[in-house]
Amino acid sequence: MNIVTPELGLIFWQVVIFLIVLLLLRSFAWKPILSSLKERESSIEGALRMADQAKLEMQALKAGNEKLLTDARMERDRILKEATAVSTQLIEQAKDKATEEGNRMVAQAREAIQNEKNAALAEVKNTAAQLSIDIAERILRRELTDQPAQQQLVDSYLKEVKLN
Amino acid sequence: MKRLLFALFCLLSLTARANEPIATTADATESENFNPGEMILHHIGDSHEWHWFSIGEDHYTTYLPVIAYRAGSGLSVFSSRHLAEGEVHEGLKLEHEHLVSEDGSKVYDFSITKNVATLMLSAVLLLVVFTTVARGYSKRGTGSPRGIQSFFEPVIVFIRDEVAKKSIGPKYERYMPYLLTVFFFIWFNNLMGLMPGGANLTGNIAVTLTLALMTLLITLFSSNKNYWAHIFATPGVPKLLLPIMIPVELIGIVVKPFSLMVRLFANITAGHIVTLSFISLIFIFRNIGIAPVSLAFGLFINLLELLVAILQAYIFTLLTAMYIGGAVEDHHDADYQMGGGEDADPAHVPAH
Repeated sequence: MNIVTPELGLIFWQVVIFLIVLLLLRSFAWKPILSSLKERESSIEGALRMADQAKLEMQALKAGNEKLLTDARMERDRILKEATAVSTQLIEQAKDKATEEGNRMVAQAREAIQNEKNAALAEVKNTAAQLSIDIAERILRRELTDQPAQQQLVDSYLKEVKLN
Repeated sequence: MKRLLFALFCLLSLTARANEPIATTADATESENFNPGEMILHHIGDSHEWHWFSIGEDHYTTYLPVIAYRAGSGLSVFSSRHLAEGEVHEGLKLEHEHLVSEDGSKVYDFSITKNVATLMLSAVLLLVVFTTVARGYSKRGTGSPRGIQSFFEPVIVFIRDEVAKKSIGPKYERYMPYLLTVFFFIWFNNLMGLMPGGANLTGNIAVTLTLALMTLLITLFSSNKNYWAHIFATPGVPKLLLPIMIPVELIGIVVKPFSLMVRLFANITAGHIVTLSFISLIFIFRNIGIAPVSLAFGLFINLLELLVAILQAYIFTLLTAMYIGGAVEDHHDADYQMGGGEDADPAHVPAH
């Protein structure tokens, strides 16, 4: 039996059966299998792409958050600095005002003292003048009791007038 | 003792088909007349009945239908039981497993032989397996595969990505059904041929011839003008050499599928022959001591054949894809850099 001689019958059956198998498998197996595989691959690819996108978005979000945080921190620092400045200024202002007020009050006091002193001095002066006048009156009253003395005084005055 | 051994041998042999003549010669004149060559050729060849095994004189055989056509007497259909032991039925008889008519007229034998029965069995198996796989996809949609589906999915994806996409290119999808069918057909039948009682279908030249012819036809019908341009005006070849190149290229068209046919046939048949030869050693040496050695070597070859089964299926599919790829390939500018036709014209322009 020659094994390298192809037999007609087997070729016939091989063609018929192989073609039937090919056609049946093509429509009932390979088509659904390959389309499902493709569908699955595209869905996996889509999911991967979406995951990448989400990652990017997350990163952007994170960066945004960080920026917000830094901004907030800077804002806080700024506000703190400002507040410190304002408080220092306020204290400074208050101090100035207090000093000024003190000074003013001292000045006022000093003025008042001066006034009092002046008034007192004036009073002392007046009192002294009054006293002097009183003393002088009393002295004059006593002096002018005798006539000659009076005449003498008038004469002395007159003399003085003449001189002028 | 000898008979028992022979029965064992029949059970162990890959294509268990101990034929009548061998059995009788072994009985009659002991193993002086044991002809390993004849026995092996019987095992790897086709037959009209499916002999499973024999215990002593009891032969366990499935008789397959004979379908024959003769110009004179038309179609005859009957069981091969009527042809057993060299009997003549409806003017037909078997001569060395070959159906001949008594009057010498030409017989067209379309019998369901052992190989055809195996072919049908494998067709049913392929259909059942892959419609089951496809059902898995329709049931689970894009979900992860389960069971038989997850066993075949990597293979299908491999054929698609590593064989079809790489060898054919963007037009691969049209050829996927053929490539997948050819791959699984060869693989399944290689494995079925390794089973005890299985027929040597993919080691039959008629089967490999048909497969190779289909590849050739698909290649020719999908070829574009670049493919023929390469054959009739091979780029980079001086015009004087074309009378030599064209016949060489034309022969190449036929040699490619011829190599496919011979490769598959020779690989599978050789594997069976080697295994059977190791088992024959027991009967040649007429010594049971040789049996462990034979079995060890036979087992080794059998395991190797399991690898060869998928390897040859892969090689056939890959080469088919490459031939188709060569036929549908688009024009490559690089190939034409030294080409005659297109370069000749610009060269003529300054001359005028």
